[in-house]
Amino acid sequence: MAAGVAAWLPFARAAAIGWMPVANCPMPLAPADKNKRQDELIILNVSGRRFQTWRTTLERYPDTLLGSTEKEFFFNEDTKEYFFDRDPEVFRCVLNFYRTGKLHYPRYECISAYDDELAFYGILPEIIGDCCYEEYKDRKRENAERLMDDNDSENNQESLPSLSFRQTMWRAFENPHTSTLALVFYYVTGFFIAVSVITNVVETVPCGTVPGNKELPCGERYAVAFFCLDTACVMIFTVEYLLRLFAAPSRYRFIRSVMSIIDVVAIMPYYIGLVMTNNEDVSGAFVTLRVFRVFRIFKFSRHSQGLRILGYTLKSCASELGFLLFSLTMAIIIFATVMFYAEKGSSASKFTSIPASFWYTIVTMTTLGYGDMVPKTIAGKIFGSICSLSGVLVIALPVPVIVSNFSRIYHQNQRADKRRAQKKARLARIRVAKTGSSNAYLHSKRNGLLNEALELTGSPEDEHLTKTTSLIESQHHHLLHCLEKTTGLSYLVDDPLLSVRTSTIKNHEFIDEQMFEQNCMESSMQNYPSTRSPSLSSHPGLTTSCCSRRSKKTTHLPNSNLPATRLRSMQELSTIHIQGSEQPSLTTSRSSLNLKADDGLRPNCKGSQITTAIISIPTPPALTPEGESRPPPSSPGSTTNIPPIGSNIVKVSAL
Amino acid sequence: MRGQARKESLSDSRDLDGSYDQLTGNPPRPTKKALKQRFLKLLPCCGPQALPSVSENSVEDEFELSTVCHRPEGLDQLQEQTKFTRKELQVLYRGFKNECPSGIVNEENFKQIYSQFFPQGDSSTYATFLFNAFDTNHDGSVSFEDFVAGLSVILRGTIDDRLNWAFNLYDLNKDGFITKEEMLDIMKSIYDMMGKYTYPALREEAPREHVESFFQKMDRNKDGVVTIEEFIESCQKDENIMRSMQLFDNVI
Repeated sequence: MAAGVAAWLPFARAAAIGWMPVANCPMPLAPADKNKRQDELIILNVSGRRFQTWRTTLERYPDTLLGSTEKEFFFNEDTKEYFFDRDPEVFRCVLNFYRTGKLHYPRYECISAYDDELAFYGILPEIIGDCCYEEYKDRKRENAERLMDDNDSENNQESLPSLSFRQTMWRAFENPHTSTLALVFYYVTGFFIAVSVITNVVETVPCGTVPGNKELPCGERYAVAFFCLDTACVMIFTVEYLLRLFAAPSRYRFIRSVMSIIDVVAIMPYYIGLVMTNNEDVSGAFVTLRVFRVFRIFKFSRHSQGLRILGYTLKSCASELGFLLFSLTMAIIIFATVMFYAEKGSSASKFTSIPASFWYTIVTMTTLGYGDMVPKTIAGKIFGSICSLSGVLVIALPVPVIVSNFSRIYHQNQRADKRRAQKKARLARIRVAKTGSSNAYLHSKRNGLLNEALELTGSPEDEHLTKTTSLIESQHHHLLHCLEKTTGLSYLVDDPLLSVRTSTIKNHEFIDEQMFEQNCMESSMQNYPSTRSPSLSSHPGLTTSCCSRRSKKTTHLPNSNLPATRLRSMQELSTIHIQGSEQPSLTTSRSSLNLKADDGLRPNCKGSQITTAIISIPTPPALTPEGESRPPPSSPGSTTNIPPIGSNIVKVSAL
Repeated sequence: MRGQARKESLSDSRDLDGSYDQLTGNPPRPTKKALKQRFLKLLPCCGPQALPSVSENSVEDEFELSTVCHRPEGLDQLQEQTKFTRKELQVLYRGFKNECPSGIVNEENFKQIYSQFFPQGDSSTYATFLFNAFDTNHDGSVSFEDFVAGLSVILRGTIDDRLNWAFNLYDLNKDGFITKEEMLDIMKSIYDMMGKYTYPALREEAPREHVESFFQKMDRNKDGVVTIEEFIESCQKDENIMRSMQLFDNVI
């Protein structure tokens, strides 16, 4: 029931009075109107623009947002109105839908914005009124095509490493720009197609005479040469066809496709000719078969987009072409009949039969006018002129339709190409934005750590490094930070500007926290190499687990032999947070981390020692990882800052 | 409803050669109004649903869309004439005006509005009878006053008033008697509203049987017609009917 007439429901119920006296059974009870409150005005505040309507108007469509209790979520107690933070322009259309029962689509509105709004208000786009439905559907279709194009080109550009050889080959065939080899193949086949077509043509040109005054076509004079050329071309085509057949994802579909049929038809005559003998009877048929060699020219359609568009246009205009053909046939038959009977009287007339007149009619209607058949009687001439005039009309009618179809498809293709070109720029912009935001995150993180450190040390001179970030940004960064903590990995960006110089940090407590944090993060990394685990498990009292660590916060082993690698790796982690890293990303496997740690270590071990009081996992050096001679960890020394080693590395350490 | 409208198209050749009427599916009566409406349907600007009300009183040219706009009397007068409160009249008028911006309803519109409540069956015949009952001055259109007057009787009137109104509805030629044929027409129109897909399936003779039982109940002197007195008397004796008449107290 259209809710536009919901207001008439009382009338319909009243009209039921006509049924009462004739009813044989008692009527059911009427539903009680529990909430019989008076109709009231409600205010809908959409981004500041206030709309007012009756409550019953909105309740006409109870399965939408405004008609159901869902709108109570948007009720603002202070102002006693419903506030929606959405576009007021589109809301106008939505509210009109409630009022009139018809949903309109404004032409100036973007289709996706409109769709979003409709989805928000819980209105199905299918109920758009007839007046606007076509426009809506057209725009929607264009949008869908655009999205499909985007998806296609995205898929094309994804370099899936897991493509099988067959798939790579197919992709190379379909899209020659993917690799150089494909491009080479593309051009080679194109060249050979051209060669083949030209040979076919030149074969028939007469060149030179043979004694006996008979003109010989070149094909017979240089038979061997032409045969070799033909063989070469057919070889190439056969190889290409077989390769395509092998690479096709669906062989059955490939065999049925037009291009493959053309391929087959192009090479079949050669093979049939090989098989056939020089028998006189069949050679006539064989000559006919050679005609099919001209189909090789259609292979060019793989190389030319314009040809493909033309073919596609003709296919899509099939109905118009059919109409053209049908009307032409009708006209030809009519005029041929008329001309035949008109010319029947005249002597020596060429119009011997109606089918013979077909030729005349066709030649006249297409305004060719060869002149081999002309009417001689007056009636014939009159009808002949009518025939030629009508011919112009009949042919001219469907042609604009075909042309407009071609133009539309061609422009669509152009637009697709343009979008693909613009897409590269768009993707680049998106990439810049993304790296910008991740840079911002890392920046703020370093600054955050730094700030915390600085706050505690109370050094005023570096306060200017603080960068004010908005609440949303800071929350976002906090989120990313939590993710890092959870996974034990961290984001990394090459940014030498982010080297930070700090003064010696002496605060014991703070560093404890720092190291705790980092150790917690590290410990949650699961990918410890197996050689480590025995070491870890062998010291249950000092496990790397976060919780136990925390509970043993106060255990200090100031002089413990720290495992060099472990310490260093921790330090690496801490430094990585603070430095601009020239080292590879931390998110790679743990083994590489070890390597990194090792690399960073060797220069270090000569320098002063860094120990932390808390992190005391006395992994014996013997258990340090595989294959590499590790320098024994030096005895713990005092807290120092290690001088930068080739890069700006600051190690935060503590006693 | 609107989905159906979309399926109708101008290229439907049945419509073009006039063999059936898009609204009711019956062959149309070739009245002047219908001819004009058919012509208007061919024009691309007019959809089958949005036909303007063509009042027979309008003296406009054939091809102009009707611009008659009828305004009802003032709210106060209506309040006096009917038994509705001011607020109720306001609500009623808003609904009325929404569906009929020109202020009057003609038969086509009426049928169309009523059919939206009965999607399955064919309610056009019953709607015609209703229209004739509402259109008290028989000018072919129902204005807001007529509309509200009728509703006032049905929803706010006494039982006798309501019975009177029902009698008026049944009496198709308004001669004061209900004949069996008239009753049969009414009965058939009511059964038509149910549509084809019912359980148990509609039998051909069901309306006739129903009319027989009705007449048995109502026709006191067995003269084959029911007068108003017989009608009211018989209805007052029937408990079911009395009780169902009270249903209308709470419609608005």
